[in-house]
Amino acid sequence: MARPETGALVATVLVMAFFGLASQAFFSVAGAGVWLESASTYGIMAVAVALLMIGGEFDLSAGVMTGFTALIVGVLTTHFGVDIWLAVVISLVMALGVGAINGFLVIRTGLPSFIVTLATFFILQGVDLAVTKLILGQVTIQGMSKVPHYDSVQPIFGSQLQLGQGHFYVSVLWWGLWTLGGVWLLNHTRSGNWVYAVGGAPAAARQVGVPVRATKVALFMTTALSGWLVGMISLFRTSTVQATTGVGQEFIYIICAVVGGCLLTGGFGSVVGASLGALIYGMTFQGITFAQWDTNWLMAFLGVMLLGAVFVNHWIRLRVAQP
Amino acid sequence: MSQPIIAAHQVSKAYAGVVALRDVSIAVQSGQVCCVLGDNGAGKSTLIKILAGVHRPTTGQLLVDGRPVDFDGPKAALEAGIATVYQDLAIVPLMPVWRNFFLGHELTVGRGPTRRLDRSGMRAQVRQQLAQIGIELRDIDQPIGTLSGGERQSVAIARAIHFGARALILDEPTAALGVKQSEVVLRYIRRARADGLGVVFITHNPHHAYPVGDQFLVLNHGQTQGCFAKTELSLPDLAAMMAGDPLDLGD
Repeated sequence: MARPETGALVATVLVMAFFGLASQAFFSVAGAGVWLESASTYGIMAVAVALLMIGGEFDLSAGVMTGFTALIVGVLTTHFGVDIWLAVVISLVMALGVGAINGFLVIRTGLPSFIVTLATFFILQGVDLAVTKLILGQVTIQGMSKVPHYDSVQPIFGSQLQLGQGHFYVSVLWWGLWTLGGVWLLNHTRSGNWVYAVGGAPAAARQVGVPVRATKVALFMTTALSGWLVGMISLFRTSTVQATTGVGQEFIYIICAVVGGCLLTGGFGSVVGASLGALIYGMTFQGITFAQWDTNWLMAFLGVMLLGAVFVNHWIRLRVAQP
Repeated sequence: MSQPIIAAHQVSKAYAGVVALRDVSIAVQSGQVCCVLGDNGAGKSTLIKILAGVHRPTTGQLLVDGRPVDFDGPKAALEAGIATVYQDLAIVPLMPVWRNFFLGHELTVGRGPTRRLDRSGMRAQVRQQLAQIGIELRDIDQPIGTLSGGERQSVAIARAIHFGARALILDEPTAALGVKQSEVVLRYIRRARADGLGVVFITHNPHHAYPVGDQFLVLNHGQTQGCFAKTELSLPDLAAMMAGDPLDLGD
């Protein structure tokens, strides 16, 4: 049987060749820096979302989490004068807390995570806007770079390396680390075996002694952790954040994971595939601009990709999952 | 003869006053297959669940190696070497065969942060186990859902044996299988017996039970119709008794 990421690998090559032919700038060092940067934050999230989906769950609050965590740091430092390192840690703890709540609500109630996290998505979206406006009187964090010790944190999440004409952000490195970590976890640890099992057949997993609940909660917390990382990356790269940051991105993460071979029904998928899905998204997002086309086509393109991926996955499922 | 691996002596079980099983006894010797036969609702599942430690008998006594025991859960039964393979097999269809085999009991190498799955070790062990039971896979990484029903059943049984079972309780292992696939499972039951395991084979099909069984316990409406050695009755006798008609003997 084909490996889950085979389709994504073929699509990556096709998309790369396509935009390489459509635009000379695409394969320049400068161009590569742009689309790699674009893909990196989606890739970090797609890795976590893929693990969660293989574990049989969704997290629709993953997008807004990136804004939520960045806003916490922004508000705490610029308005309340909290030490920036402390603010970053508080933000991390809050993210993990929301992830744990998502997980507990899902396993306690047995409700679909699609609904539970849709609720947390809307709650966080409202909190982001209302609280930011209430405290700052505006919906944008400003003056971030004047916060004491800003320069001590900034390089971790937002530094860049210049190679020739190209700017390569540290987020690409984080993306690589996240992908390697995800592959390690999923395919080379006991926990990874449990992730497949709790998504594929939770009742069977429980029968053979897999800690189903703990595994699922850990997956939600991993997604929240990744949301925090991406929140920090976007905050320290631009030194600003909007109260609406991240809203709507959650579906792009899911698309990346599905294009990478994850089944919507859980139990099957690939971390490398999800990363390739994000790479495809980044290349397309920037490639359309390089080729000087109307960027409004991006969403239509994504939709077609998603449909193609779902057809392939459906076919796999039919072949494998006999009753 | 040595002590039976597991025995139930005059066990009864009532659910909220309704008697599901009344004064049933069974003894499973090493190297013997004890078939439990009965129609739906005869009390087969209740008996299994008592042997597997899922339910406590209302009255009566369980014995392991001749000593009285009181299982407080399936885990206690498992630790005593009594493994039950249910009809759903507790497998994850999309996962590779080797991952399924070791699920929950994964082998690892290394320590601390470098502790990792012993992928090659697990693969090799599973390949060897499957070869022993006559299943040759082209690819040990293929999802277990792509195996035939009989092969899946056999893998589930092999897994139970690998993790220390001395007595196997098989819950209708041939119920959903065709003739050929059933034969795969029956062959495997014979092999388990030859390896010295005690087997409780639950079925409602006398044609599956008779060729492999050493003893036959027939249940009807929660009561025993008798426990017979193979020498005591023929296949038509067994089939007749299943139908609840002892007058049909020697048909």
